[in-house]
Amino acid sequence: MLRDITLGQYYPANSVIHKLDPRVKLFSTMIYIISLFCFKGIAALLTATVFLIAVIRTSKVPFRFMVKGLKAIVILMIITAAFNLFLTPGEPLVSFWIFTITAEGLKNAILMAIRLTYLILGTSIMTLTTTPNQLTDGLEKSLMPLSKIGVPVHAIAMMMSIALRFIPILIEETDKIMKAQMARGADFVSGNLLQRVKNMIPLLVPLFVSAFRRADDLAMAMEARCYNGGEGRTKMKPLHYERRDRLAYLIVLGYFAIVLVCRTFLPFPM
Amino acid sequence: MSIILDKVNYVYSEETAYRIQALKDVSLTIEDGQFIGIIGHTGSGKSTLIQHLNGLMKATSGTIYFHGQDIYDEDFDLRELRNRVGLVFQYPEHQLFETTIFDDVCFGPKNQGLTKDEAGLRAFEALRNVGMPEELYYQSPFDLSGGQKRRVAIAGVLAMKPEVLILDEPTAGLDPAGRDEILDLVARMHKERGITVILVSHSMEDVAKYVERIIVMNQGSVMLDGNPKEVFRHYLELEAVGLAAPQVTYLMHELKSKGLMVDTDATTVAEARASLLEALTGIDAGKADFHR
Repeated sequence: MLRDITLGQYYPANSVIHKLDPRVKLFSTMIYIISLFCFKGIAALLTATVFLIAVIRTSKVPFRFMVKGLKAIVILMIITAAFNLFLTPGEPLVSFWIFTITAEGLKNAILMAIRLTYLILGTSIMTLTTTPNQLTDGLEKSLMPLSKIGVPVHAIAMMMSIALRFIPILIEETDKIMKAQMARGADFVSGNLLQRVKNMIPLLVPLFVSAFRRADDLAMAMEARCYNGGEGRTKMKPLHYERRDRLAYLIVLGYFAIVLVCRTFLPFPM
Repeated sequence: MSIILDKVNYVYSEETAYRIQALKDVSLTIEDGQFIGIIGHTGSGKSTLIQHLNGLMKATSGTIYFHGQDIYDEDFDLRELRNRVGLVFQYPEHQLFETTIFDDVCFGPKNQGLTKDEAGLRAFEALRNVGMPEELYYQSPFDLSGGQKRRVAIAGVLAMKPEVLILDEPTAGLDPAGRDEILDLVARMHKERGITVILVSHSMEDVAKYVERIIVMNQGSVMLDGNPKEVFRHYLELEAVGLAAPQVTYLMHELKSKGLMVDTDATTVAEARASLLEALTGIDAGKADFHR
């Protein structure tokens, strides 16, 4: 039951996108998001579409997995589109009761929906092709300069990866405890609010006991292997930019340049 | 005709990249009063299978009948099923939560709607049955040793007076003495109360000594099903899937291949001894009047 919840929704496949350095994916996603919010004109929109489709195809992740992410923001998208549709001043197209739809409003609503869709698709490519641990590694290395001004980058990254690692473990544990208590007739679904909170005690006590035990064990295991912070610690899989990573940066920057050029020289019909 | 499984399938994480078929067309009949061992190595689907028996997991396809009633019927009372089919999970840490052992054992009976006094009586009886020393009744369950925690966990389910008792790896992580104690306790429950017992294990040795029927699971399907002697005759097939017959079986086969006329069906040390004595001295050990 609870097992079906997955965080980060990594989709394993053997593609170039999967193999890219996580930093490339992080920065490229950022550049892509920026490009989405500064494009103008149909030519730039087409460029963004072609680029997105090309990346999705190379990632070998089935399209329906990307759509899953879209479902979560349908409501947000409808609200944003509605606000844009009805509240943009300009030349009225249709008007009924207190609502007026303007040409500008219609254009903005469509554009905003497209932008949000592309944004979700673009970021889900990153999360679908990168494991949470790779992402943390990438973040740690990218933020390393901040450690010069006293930010404990390594400690933050270590905490993040431990937390991420423990989410599935604790979910599984919760599942097992729930089942063990349900086998003894515990009821987690009915009753009023107070009753339900009280019914959670048989679940929470073993869960906390086990979480503390695991934390102790982990600390012991880390110390037994001489962990003493990030100072001088080497990585099993150090991040190196390779040829494909440099190429990827070039492609993304090239894409960004095209969008900027289209914005300046072909800014219509929008 | 207590529990019948008809072509039960179970799939984990369907429609994702991590799809695993944990059960494949499992059809079984579990008769009242049987003592059954379910064997298979890690990931063979044995834990998934037993969680279907009390309705904790719902089969992706297939039907399960409890006393002739389809447990997936809409008006079937799953809580009632769980009262009658008791399941003890592998880790007692997953279910102990109360401040005292006694209160913890009362949890099940109280959920059945019994009064405080009735639940207390059941708890006393169950704790006595599993051989917990009385001076420990009002201590915290978290201070106990692994073997004692397991006893409390078993008592917690026994106190609900189930008709069927399922134990998932009850001996994992116990020393040999603790293992024998738990298994003897379960065997006694079966004998005295006549309840159906299903014992899940990956150790043939454990199971061979106690059970009357063995179900071998492999990759989600039932590979072998029969009494221990029948199942261990397939010792080479068992080996091929990473399981082993009891060591006695190997010894007897080895001896037979060397020309000694022993009974290769012997599955316990006692049976092997009798058969060996008979083969070596011509005396039927069953009738012989000496012990060692």
